[in-house]
Amino acid sequence: MRTYLRLLGFLAPYRYRVALAVFLGVATVVSNVGLLSTAAYVISAAAIVPFISLLAVPVFLVRLFSISRSFGRYFERLVSHDATFRLLGRVRTWFYDRLEPLAPGRLLTYRSGDLLSRISRDVEELENVYVRVTGPVVVAAVAAGLVFGVFYRFFSPLLAFTTLGLLLAVGAGVPALVNSLARGLGRRELELRAELNAQVVDGVQGVQDLLAFGREEDRRERVEILGRKLARVQGRMALISGLHNALSDLLMNLAVVAALVITIPLVAAGEVRGVFLAFVALVVLGSFEAVQPLGNAFQFLGRSLAAGERLFEVADAEPDVTDPEEPRPVPESPTLEFDRVGFRYEPGEPPALKDVSLTLEPGGRVAVVGPSGSGKSTLANLALRFRYPEKGEVRLGGRNLPEYAQDGVRAAVGIVSQDTHVFNATLRENLLLANPEAGEDELRGALDRAQLSELVARLPRGLDTYLGEQGLRISGGERQRVAIARALLKDAPVLILDEPTANLDPVTEKEVLNAVRELMRDRSTLLITHRLVGMEGMDEILVLDNGRVVERGTHEQLQAAGGLYARMLTVQNQMLAET
Amino acid sequence: MNRDLFRKVGSARLFVGAAVALGFLAAGATVAQMILLARVVDRVFLGGADLAGVRDLLLLFLAAAGLRAAFIWAREVVAQRGAVRVKSELRSRLLAHVLRLGPAYARGERTGELTTTATEGVEKLEPYFARYLPQMALSALVPVLVLVYVFPLDWSSGALLLVTAPVIPIMMILVGGYAEEHMQRQWTAISRMGAHFLDSLQGLPTLKAFGRAAEEGERVAAVSEEFRRRTMKVLKFAFLSGLVLEFMTAVAIALIAVTLGVRLISGSVAFEEAFLVLLLAPEFYRPLRELGVHRHAGMEGKAAAERIVQILDTPSPASGTARSPSPSGNALAVELSDVGYTYPGSQAPALSGLSLALPAGTRTALVGRSGSGKSTLVNLLLRFLDPDEGSITADGVPVAELPVEAWREHVALVPQRPHLFYGSVLENVWMARPEASRAEVERASKRAGCEAFVRRLPAGYETQIGERGLRLSGGEAQRIAIARAFLKDAPLLVLDEPTSSLDPESEEIFKDALDELSEGRTVLVVAHRLNTVYSADRIAVLEDGRLAEAGTHAELKNRGGPYARLVGAYGGTGGATA
Repeated sequence: MRTYLRLLGFLAPYRYRVALAVFLGVATVVSNVGLLSTAAYVISAAAIVPFISLLAVPVFLVRLFSISRSFGRYFERLVSHDATFRLLGRVRTWFYDRLEPLAPGRLLTYRSGDLLSRISRDVEELENVYVRVTGPVVVAAVAAGLVFGVFYRFFSPLLAFTTLGLLLAVGAGVPALVNSLARGLGRRELELRAELNAQVVDGVQGVQDLLAFGREEDRRERVEILGRKLARVQGRMALISGLHNALSDLLMNLAVVAALVITIPLVAAGEVRGVFLAFVALVVLGSFEAVQPLGNAFQFLGRSLAAGERLFEVADAEPDVTDPEEPRPVPESPTLEFDRVGFRYEPGEPPALKDVSLTLEPGGRVAVVGPSGSGKSTLANLALRFRYPEKGEVRLGGRNLPEYAQDGVRAAVGIVSQDTHVFNATLRENLLLANPEAGEDELRGALDRAQLSELVARLPRGLDTYLGEQGLRISGGERQRVAIARALLKDAPVLILDEPTANLDPVTEKEVLNAVRELMRDRSTLLITHRLVGMEGMDEILVLDNGRVVERGTHEQLQAAGGLYARMLTVQNQMLAET
Repeated sequence: MNRDLFRKVGSARLFVGAAVALGFLAAGATVAQMILLARVVDRVFLGGADLAGVRDLLLLFLAAAGLRAAFIWAREVVAQRGAVRVKSELRSRLLAHVLRLGPAYARGERTGELTTTATEGVEKLEPYFARYLPQMALSALVPVLVLVYVFPLDWSSGALLLVTAPVIPIMMILVGGYAEEHMQRQWTAISRMGAHFLDSLQGLPTLKAFGRAAEEGERVAAVSEEFRRRTMKVLKFAFLSGLVLEFMTAVAIALIAVTLGVRLISGSVAFEEAFLVLLLAPEFYRPLRELGVHRHAGMEGKAAAERIVQILDTPSPASGTARSPSPSGNALAVELSDVGYTYPGSQAPALSGLSLALPAGTRTALVGRSGSGKSTLVNLLLRFLDPDEGSITADGVPVAELPVEAWREHVALVPQRPHLFYGSVLENVWMARPEASRAEVERASKRAGCEAFVRRLPAGYETQIGERGLRLSGGEAQRIAIARAFLKDAPLLVLDEPTSSLDPESEEIFKDALDELSEGRTVLVVAHRLNTVYSADRIAVLEDGRLAEAGTHAELKNRGGPYARLVGAYGGTGGATA
């Protein structure tokens, strides 16, 4: 309930639109009931009056209802969808603003790709909160109230209460019954479907290994057995959904019979005029159309609430990192220091970093190397003030990072990382992100130095070509060079290179490294890598293993020491070229 | 299209037919109810009957209502169960076919699309089969039933219904078609905006690193607003076909009511008949309205069905034909002669005129740049692909003549990125030979050097790994693949060496395991390391899909050809760059 109210709260700014949508919805239902019942009245009256002109008013009403029913529906759909899209826009913006301080620290704890696509699907799911849940319920309630009022006032209280009771039974009773019957099955269905989908996905992704070991039949059988289990559950679900349809229909017809049984004696006793008998029957029939969609509303409510709860859970998390009250300005060309830094992602987990110290003087070059999983990338997150160290301090210009504003730190520290995001936007927009004031010359210069000019010349619309999933897909090497061009445009005094050549083939790696060299000029650079390339130019190299510094020194010293570094080097020199 | 699907799942036709029949019976019950209702009202209103006088009619009405409810229930159950059966059947077939098509088909970006089709796509068939298809038939049948009753009662109303019947679908198609065209034009822009939110979320770390996160918040709002504006424009048209349907229906009913009123006064029609016609008129249009409700789901289901049929119709490589004697013995002598292969839709052949002998019990290293045809050769050896030209023989028997599964029993593959299935470590090794004993599985794992990392896992060999379990590193996955190969104990070993695993410890273990695994077998190793090449009996160098040269390390190195260039380029310390 609290989640629902909180979701409804997002509708508050659009209350007039929502009211209009409800009004149009009620008008449509009333027109629908009115069209058939007034038409029934016209025919009944025509059987006993001598001139059609005596029926001018009901005939006019019939025509009016026929038009108001169709246009009412049309505009109701437009207005309610408009309100819904406004609502979605508001939710997106609100959610983005809530998420922004949490990223990336908090988000890392979830499987991020999965989480993010689920979030954007969850937001879309909220579409139903008004269109399929709130709207139909309010409209049905108002329509039922109107029918009750008319029957109570003009016919008989018994008729009014009976009809209202059966409307309630179809609108709320049957869905509630069906829901309680299907609850266990629904959960079982979800579980089985998830399991089945996982098996299918696992099978398709592992097709090579399945075939190579002749295990394809096993997998097929496993999927088939699960499929049969799911089919049994879904078959039982069909019994329940069929019950829903059948029961609703039966109750509607019962309501017609009840109305006749109540009204016929009144007609016989002369308390109700016979000409209204057909009218009553059709009002009852028509009013049930307003409560029919409520069965679905229950299901959509459940889904929307689940989506809402997931969103609120993420949005209500406290950010890890906050700005200080009075942030200090970041000095011009600062020294970056890690002082006995320890860090773990989750309490109870083994530490990702233990007692790591390093100093990067202005203009200096420090490399951090080690096998994958040794904790190297955590250093970049700490230096960018995305996370706080658990122990020790990260200092910039001699001061602990929390004394600065987050944006201040990030303006001073540029990064080229392995998971650079290329936005679904033009190449120009993707670059301007780093420096919105950059002019055409600066852009061209950065592209040139990042060795991207060739790519731009090849692109169908040059700098204004769309990139990303829905635009042009660019290769891994090009993506890295976009990141380098961004860093050049940003022109920050401290540079962090976080595996800038991960997942690139050796030829591309060389090209990217040439561009990186351009970037490193006149900047202090922290190079984080598992590839021992270009190590001779480093002032100091730290070798990290399981979050600890196991060796440190220059390339020559480490090579001579015969430790982990030297062994890594041997393995690397074993590689054949360009394979 | 439907015919294709029906041919693939024969029973589907039966279920859809039964659902249509039950829907039709329910409509028949409605007609009966309306006849009874009209009579009750007539008796009471004009005949002056009291409740007792119409008791039997009301009971009959209830009976018809009961029947109708039963038909509705049965229709839902039949339709749903039919759809469920279609889904199961197609899901199994789809998976079986994708498995037959093999890794050469289900690779790269296509994996995602295939899994989506086999999971979500299959689910979308349910509304299509259970609701849309039966409703389509009913929207043609039920109006005929209604007309059959209306015409004898009042031919003018019947004629009116008959005239509107074709007009409504035509108008809907015209308006709908126009709207769809309009929508198509807007669609690229809209879908681009629709994905924008996800893009912003995914890019948040990047945005924050550049201090642009706050501005992006404003952009999210602006793009949402733009999205709403454009979508509303499209919806204005999209809802038009619904408007047409509602409008025509309502106007037709109003017209019938007024005409009937006039004729009642003139006495050319009786009240009971007139009232019945009015009751039946909405029933005439109801199936069409319901079809409109299911239209969207129907379209989605249809698109999914089309894609499924398309995948099922992709020809799979021919499986084994003859039951010729399987090659046997400890090591196989494999010979490729004049083998060529071109991927469908590709211009240049991936392999051409390749002749290469893998003598029994020897180790051959395959080297070459990426794209030179190494993985195609691996695919051919495992018969994930069959050569367009030339032949592959094992101990003199052409492998193409063996059943595919029988051939693969003779080959063990250690791929570069082995897939770990969701299950325990033990199960992941066991899959290589399910009839092996647990002790054998553990021994194979030990020989592959799995011991060291398995000991660190929370539940040892029982730890759940794979997509939903614990993630193992690339090197660890490699060792599981080697354990699989040990367990399978096949005479031919095909091995794709990892390109990057710079953990010196695991490197060492890996090399020892490989040496042991190669013992007494015919081995083809796609090599990325000098050590591997040194220890090979023979080296084959591929260039642009052709065999450029072959020989021992010493021979090739001295020749100064492509091999010498490959080895030379990376020698030394990896080149100073900074």
